[in-house]
Amino acid sequence: MKSRTLAKTRQKSAFSHAILIIFSITALAPLSLVLINSFKNQTEILRNPLSWPKQLNFSNYVEAWNAANLSTGFINSLLLTGTTIVIVLIAASLAGYVLAGKRIKAEKGVTIYFMVAMTIPIQLFLFPLYFVLAKFNLIGNIFAVSFILAAVNMPLATFLMRTFFMNIPGELEESAKIDGASTFDVLTKIMFPLVRPGLITVSVIVGIAVWNEFLITSTFLQGQENFTATLGFLSLNNTYNTNQGLMMAASVLMIAPLVIFFLLVQKYFIDGLVSGSVKG
Amino acid sequence: MRKALNYFLLSPALLISLLIVFIPGLLTIIVSFTDWNGVSTTPEFIGLQNFNELFVDSIFWQALFNNVKWTLIFITIPIVIGLLTAMLLLKRKRTKSVYQLIFLFPYILAPTTNAILWLNIIFNPVSGVVGYLQEAGIPIDSPLSSMNTALYAVAAVDVWHYWGFLTVVFLAALRQTPLDQIEAAHLEGCNGWQLFRYVYFPTIKPTFNILFIMIIIFSFLTFDYVYLLTGGGPSHATEMLSTYAYTFAFSAFQVGKAAAIALFMSFFGLLASCFYIWMSRNELKN
Repeated sequence: MKSRTLAKTRQKSAFSHAILIIFSITALAPLSLVLINSFKNQTEILRNPLSWPKQLNFSNYVEAWNAANLSTGFINSLLLTGTTIVIVLIAASLAGYVLAGKRIKAEKGVTIYFMVAMTIPIQLFLFPLYFVLAKFNLIGNIFAVSFILAAVNMPLATFLMRTFFMNIPGELEESAKIDGASTFDVLTKIMFPLVRPGLITVSVIVGIAVWNEFLITSTFLQGQENFTATLGFLSLNNTYNTNQGLMMAASVLMIAPLVIFFLLVQKYFIDGLVSGSVKG
Repeated sequence: MRKALNYFLLSPALLISLLIVFIPGLLTIIVSFTDWNGVSTTPEFIGLQNFNELFVDSIFWQALFNNVKWTLIFITIPIVIGLLTAMLLLKRKRTKSVYQLIFLFPYILAPTTNAILWLNIIFNPVSGVVGYLQEAGIPIDSPLSSMNTALYAVAAVDVWHYWGFLTVVFLAALRQTPLDQIEAAHLEGCNGWQLFRYVYFPTIKPTFNILFIMIIIFSFLTFDYVYLLTGGGPSHATEMLSTYAYTFAFSAFQVGKAAAIALFMSFFGLLASCFYIWMSRNELKN
């Protein structure tokens, strides 16, 4: 009797493993195809895109790097992402602090405003913004665009920071204030050190979102010299769509840094995803 | 004094949002009643003409219908996959985090990368997997080039990139289920489905509701994968409100009409937002 239930549990476990493995393969198969084809030349790919490469040939990578202008692209991406993170961290953590403590009467109104701002389409403000920026000659200006991306990411970042501030016991702040600490002292000496994991989480979530962004960057960052890595990569597709190996090498160049970064910060990233959506 | 200070601390976030989202948003509402082309300094008020023209525009209705189809796909397939995989991961003690990472890989990559890699290595009828299968004698064409399949092919790529997110969030929510309830259910002899339906699901219901609403909202805003994979084609088979608005603004320079479509999109989002705010009213209260 006992051995039968045991066998049944084993069977069930093997079955659930099988399903999980099938889904893992679904997630990874296209990415593996990218990797193996990045080492092949066009004839090899035409013959069979599913085969192993005959040799590890890195010439596609060199060509792709230069053709997509990735040196400029990665610098621009870093600049854009870095600036946006700094703007969001400062603004959203201060706002999160105020909203977490119910410090103002308009708290509810501001919360609802940010909830709506989080869910409205980018197209609702994109068109006037574009033509105004064009008027001031700011199309292609990375700093202007980082303010736009900061605005887009502000609601979620504010809500995340609010959650982190809410987890700090109120007594800490009260006792510091009784001891004569100013709000500035409370923020810099007590609050910010305590919400450091929150600041990292927000940086990671916003950073990946900005690094990957398409609609706003492609609309506002015109001109090859202002392209982010993503846009430089995209520009390849028009000229090199008959050179599959080069496109795949370029894709690896786009995928690898993100995957490495993700593996380094996975805890914070998953934490951000979860505290942004799990209610309980 | 203290109050003023709090408003001061709130002001950077609020100002950035008001200047970039709120005010241009209001401008869009005004522009939707004009014939503005983006450059003219004297746009004319034309009342409801943009809206009237849209209502008799069959492409507009097609786009709206495509958004509805997209919504139906996204509130079913990724949610089912997400719940299934999350339930399975719940029992995996050691391999759980590895599976989570694998499932998230497509999610963390840029839509640009994902779209281009599918376009090239899978869908390309010459050098992609589709082309290889053709060579091998299987009568298959790129699903992106047929009007009947294009929408599903684009949705498939977006679902491929998205479901891992749901797995991770559902798993985190499922893990909050009180242990004693699970044990009690086991003692009662609940089967897997009953366990999910009566023990786990009630726990994750708030999370489930939020995600459900978010998916509906974002289905009406979907842009990246459609624009990158098909640009709305072939012959508007994958046109969405977002891509149609974008084309009006930046190809036809009919910004007034683009604004009218954007308003339409916001209307659906706003409906869902109101519902969302109504659902989180308890949270707002305390």
